[in-house]
Amino acid sequence: MIEHLQAIFATSIIFIILLSVTALYCMLVSRNLIRILIGLELLIKAVTLLIALTGYLTGRMALAQTFIITLIVIEVVVIAIAAGIVIGAHRHNQSLDVRTLRNLKG
Amino acid sequence: MTSPLLFVALLMLLLLAGVWTVMTLNLLKSAIGLAITSVLLTLLLFLLDAPLAGVFELSVCAGLITVVFISAISLTKPLTGPEASERDRSRVKRFFFLPILIAGAAWVLYALGLRLDSPLPPAIAEMDVRQVLWNVRRLDLVGQILIILAGVFGVVILFKDRSDKKEAPKS
Amino acid sequence: MPALLILIPLLAILALNLPWKSLMNRLAFWVGLALCLVQTGLALQPQSRFWHSPSLWLGNLLLFEPSVDHLSLVMFLAIGIVGAVTLFVCRYSTACAGNRFMVINVLILALTGMNGVVLANDLFSLYVFLEITAVASYILIAFEKGRDAFEGAFKYLILSAVATVMILAALALLMLTAGDLSFAAIQAAIASSPHSRVVLAAIALLMVGLFIKGGLVPFHGWLPDAYSAAPAAASVLLAGIVTKTTGIYTLIRLVTSVIGYNDTLQTLLLFVGAASMLIGALAALGQSDFKRMLAYSSISQVGYMVLGLGAGTVLGMVGAIFHLFNHAIFKSLLFVNAAAVEQQSGTRDMNRMGGLAEKMPVTGWTSVVAFLSTAGIPPLAGFWSKLIIIVALWEAGYTTYAALAVLASLLTLAYFLSMQRRVFFGKLAAGFESLKEGNLWILVPACVLALITIGIGVGIPWLFETFMLPIRSLL
Repeated sequence: MIEHLQAIFATSIIFIILLSVTALYCMLVSRNLIRILIGLELLIKAVTLLIALTGYLTGRMALAQTFIITLIVIEVVVIAIAAGIVIGAHRHNQSLDVRTLRNLKG
Repeated sequence: MTSPLLFVALLMLLLLAGVWTVMTLNLLKSAIGLAITSVLLTLLLFLLDAPLAGVFELSVCAGLITVVFISAISLTKPLTGPEASERDRSRVKRFFFLPILIAGAAWVLYALGLRLDSPLPPAIAEMDVRQVLWNVRRLDLVGQILIILAGVFGVVILFKDRSDKKEAPKS
Repeated sequence: MPALLILIPLLAILALNLPWKSLMNRLAFWVGLALCLVQTGLALQPQSRFWHSPSLWLGNLLLFEPSVDHLSLVMFLAIGIVGAVTLFVCRYSTACAGNRFMVINVLILALTGMNGVVLANDLFSLYVFLEITAVASYILIAFEKGRDAFEGAFKYLILSAVATVMILAALALLMLTAGDLSFAAIQAAIASSPHSRVVLAAIALLMVGLFIKGGLVPFHGWLPDAYSAAPAAASVLLAGIVTKTTGIYTLIRLVTSVIGYNDTLQTLLLFVGAASMLIGALAALGQSDFKRMLAYSSISQVGYMVLGLGAGTVLGMVGAIFHLFNHAIFKSLLFVNAAAVEQQSGTRDMNRMGGLAEKMPVTGWTSVVAFLSTAGIPPLAGFWSKLIIIVALWEAGYTTYAALAVLASLLTLAYFLSMQRRVFFGKLAAGFESLKEGNLWILVPACVLALITIGIGVGIPWLFETFMLPIRSLL
């Protein structure tokens, strides 16, 4: 039984790390504000999967599910606020390029 | 786990969808890629015996968040003409490395053979999700109410028209 | 009954949004002020029944019975004071009543979130309240909708979101061993398998997440932008208490009651603390924007706290917490002064100012008190906390770090002297002849904070006995 769980952990953790690397790459390299947010969403997807995996492996799926539900509610609020900020920045700069966000320096 | 093969296939599809979301040139397609990633995650959650979380993921992330992204994209003007093609070319150049990076990282991770090296906690009697949410994690529920309130205020403040504009933006 | 500190503000917000719009507009400020003052008053009475008796019907609703120690009380005190000051600054700098109403609502939400962070005894609840505080802060930074505000808010949002994802990943990995996320369960799990790679990865992720939240070098990039672009009230709240609660308090709490000290962790804390202290101070020397300089100064002061924490002794811990409180007072005072100067003169560029103390005497002199305290000049509050940290480092055998702390203190004195000379003293700069002092809404909090700074400095023996030494029980 434990070998079976070990195999699930070993496989999933690789994909979770790879998805996080993809998301972080997107956030670091993108120049578009909305695309940075999409990268952030992907990162949250990876961590959601990690929490579900934890719940499955430890046999505490109910606890993990409540965590995921709370996490999703918080995620929506953060993304809505972020979208508001991006649209506001676009009104000022007429552009979504991060390079226009270089006003503050020093 | 009923079907390990399906699980691994879904994990691969999830990664592929994620990479496609990041690599695709069109912002709208990128948002749709995110929705597809969300749907695949939902399926994974079903496989992991987390149906309620899966339903939330499907309705809120694949549904609501995609709507938020698509309206944000349509409210902001995308680039057109030569600017856009210049941008596309530089994007291809910058994102060219991602598949190589992923392949390399996959190889390294596989060679490392990550294993769970700490003991799992002792098994307990599984409880019902609704019971846990209501009876054990009620503080988190209050937290959810607070953050939803914050979200409502934030949306009202950020999307309200700037009729009370006081200062001109600094250049 | 401490759970009421979350419930009552929540009910207050719900009540404020009942239909009688014009009445509520006028009432909001006073409701917020009452919440802050009651919290301050309760925190000043550690023996009060409020902290120790079990919840009655309303508090029972949460099914949550947190235990409160002196670290929590110090935090509640700081949150109450800075919250009240922020309300005053908001009243002073936000002209439109409708806007002010919304801002005060969000502000109460931020305070509730911080109370929750302090009360949480479970890693996931901690995450939930961290997010509430963070979301309220993004809104507060962006609410005036200036171009810089959006830029600062976006940078803060992205880095803070990455930090919370790291914290989430850490808590998932810890749950893998502990099976539960209460601090006690995680502590037991870490103690039983300290060399497991999964646990070590989790601790590393947790640390990096908290370093980003606290704005420590090398993750400080967002902090000056967010502080300087934020509206006056928001920057007082952010600099005074938000980053200290979400970053430093959580760091202290998790290190003492969850992770536990070991050599690697101590080395990491000492190194990051010293780097923040020095780089923050050096960067502050080169700033010409008033609020930006204060932001870098904040990074430097936070470095002191982490350094005190890294000493690993009771004295170091006491110094760190004491400095956290002092910093909340004097940095709020400096940002209040910055708000007054910006509002009255219309600029934050220090090179264009000069001799403002002639026209704004109260602002000028309270800022002298604040900067002397920051730089650690006796007998003000900041001197004692820095002294405790340096002595703790010395006693623990970290003489190099103690010397660096003294050096950074000199740098602090240097940049604040340069600030005072450029802004408040010397000849009155051209164009400021008709400058007036701000009104009572800004002068009252400035004077109160200055008096607290002086009072703590003078009353140190009593404070040390009643508030600081009981912290010993943490270790």
